[in-house]
Amino acid sequence: MAIYSPGLSVLSQNAALPPDWPGGYWLHWLVFVVIIMTFVLASIMGFIYFERRGIGRFQVRLGPNRTGPFGILQPVADAIKVLLKEDIVPAKGDRIVHWLAPVVAFVPVLLIFAVVPFGGGALLADLNIGILYVVAVSSVTVVGVFMAGWASNNKYSLLGAMRDVAQVVSYEIPLLLSIVGVVLLTGSLSMIKIVAAQDLPFILLQPLGFLIFFMAALAEINRTPFDLLEAESEIVAGFHTEYSGMKFAMFYLVEYAEVLAISAIITTLFLGGWRGPLLPPFVWFLIKVFGVFFFIFWIRSTIPRLRIDQVMAFAWKALLPLALLNLVVTGIEIVALPAISPWVIILINLGVLAVLVVVWSRFFKLGGGRVAV
Amino acid sequence: MLANYGYIGLFLLVAIFFAVSTLLLPPTLRRLGIVPRKPNPVKTSTFECGMQTIGKTWVQFNFRYYFYALLFIALDVLAIFLYPWAVELRELGASALIMVVILIFIILVGYIYAWRKKVLEWK
Repeated sequence: MAIYSPGLSVLSQNAALPPDWPGGYWLHWLVFVVIIMTFVLASIMGFIYFERRGIGRFQVRLGPNRTGPFGILQPVADAIKVLLKEDIVPAKGDRIVHWLAPVVAFVPVLLIFAVVPFGGGALLADLNIGILYVVAVSSVTVVGVFMAGWASNNKYSLLGAMRDVAQVVSYEIPLLLSIVGVVLLTGSLSMIKIVAAQDLPFILLQPLGFLIFFMAALAEINRTPFDLLEAESEIVAGFHTEYSGMKFAMFYLVEYAEVLAISAIITTLFLGGWRGPLLPPFVWFLIKVFGVFFFIFWIRSTIPRLRIDQVMAFAWKALLPLALLNLVVTGIEIVALPAISPWVIILINLGVLAVLVVVWSRFFKLGGGRVAV
Repeated sequence: MLANYGYIGLFLLVAIFFAVSTLLLPPTLRRLGIVPRKPNPVKTSTFECGMQTIGKTWVQFNFRYYFYALLFIALDVLAIFLYPWAVELRELGASALIMVVILIFIILVGYIYAWRKKVLEWK
């Protein structure tokens, strides 16, 4: 504590705190921890309800509609149910690792929200390496998933966990490289500065980068079409086959918290974060996060699951070269055309996107359900 | 700056506390007799669609990671080098861009070699 205190006293006086935020270090911390926890838990509840109703509509059925008006209390009912369920641990499993796995999976996801800006300067910690921190912390979750698969002592669980590790390792690289495009345009890794640099949302300036980031992020958080680790049609429920009760609920929470985190990161990196006309900043932030989430579960209800060899081939043979090309193109634009109007860059990048996607889809055929790469 | 990491460290403690206390809720309720606990050999056996599990699960497992892992390390190091470069590119100018293109080219040679050797196939 003594080591930290000089830094703290300096901080509470000068500009390291957001300028519009009154109060000292501890007040700031307390308020934002409360905001983050409320935001995460409330949004997850909302997302679960919204997704179940929405998927119901997509599949031409009603979805949950019995608990409360329009089934709006369904997440609450689910929470009470999992709380009262018996906790079953497989007899041959590793009890301690089995217990620890949900914690290891959940904590990093929650930590991502520490650097997500909800409004101008409204965030827990404005790290100058913000986006690098997000990438580093978010990849710890896979350790929890692998612990779950290993400790269950179930072959399906282990297969699911193995697939997850392979997938996360493969998609990590396109993800990292597509973020570099944004960093090139911004010249900073801080989340606040990335948003501040977006007079035009980076989805226009980096269309290919956005596409790569979006697909790689879907694979990182194991959403359809990349949800091979819990492919019901092949390996029961994947890594959480042997989980029940609160521990299962924790993994469910992890899944939705990851979607929320990725929606928030996409909003921050590519959609202009909290910025927008008329409405207050946090309302814009929520609208954009919810829009991205809607898009993600729309994809879930539209695209079927891929096979593991297709998933791996897609990462290594399609996304990785595209990400490298995008990086080089962006670098050349920044060095060669530093003072040109952004609209010219947008046109060039959209052209590059169109050409590359067409060329790659010719070159990378997955026809007839067989991999022909 | 250090104070910002202090925020994150404190938040980490809150996150761990939240996760652990949520997981400790059912055992507490079990003490009160609300959550049932009636294990039996069938219930705690390994789930395999009704079949008996044959053999052990914790065995050596031939998975096709090895070359992916090697490639991953090379490319991950490349990506980490790119981040500081990307932050400073506007100041560094064309020479830095050319150097990084050369670096990417060197990595690409290895990548294309791996592709030609069919390392990227998931067999």
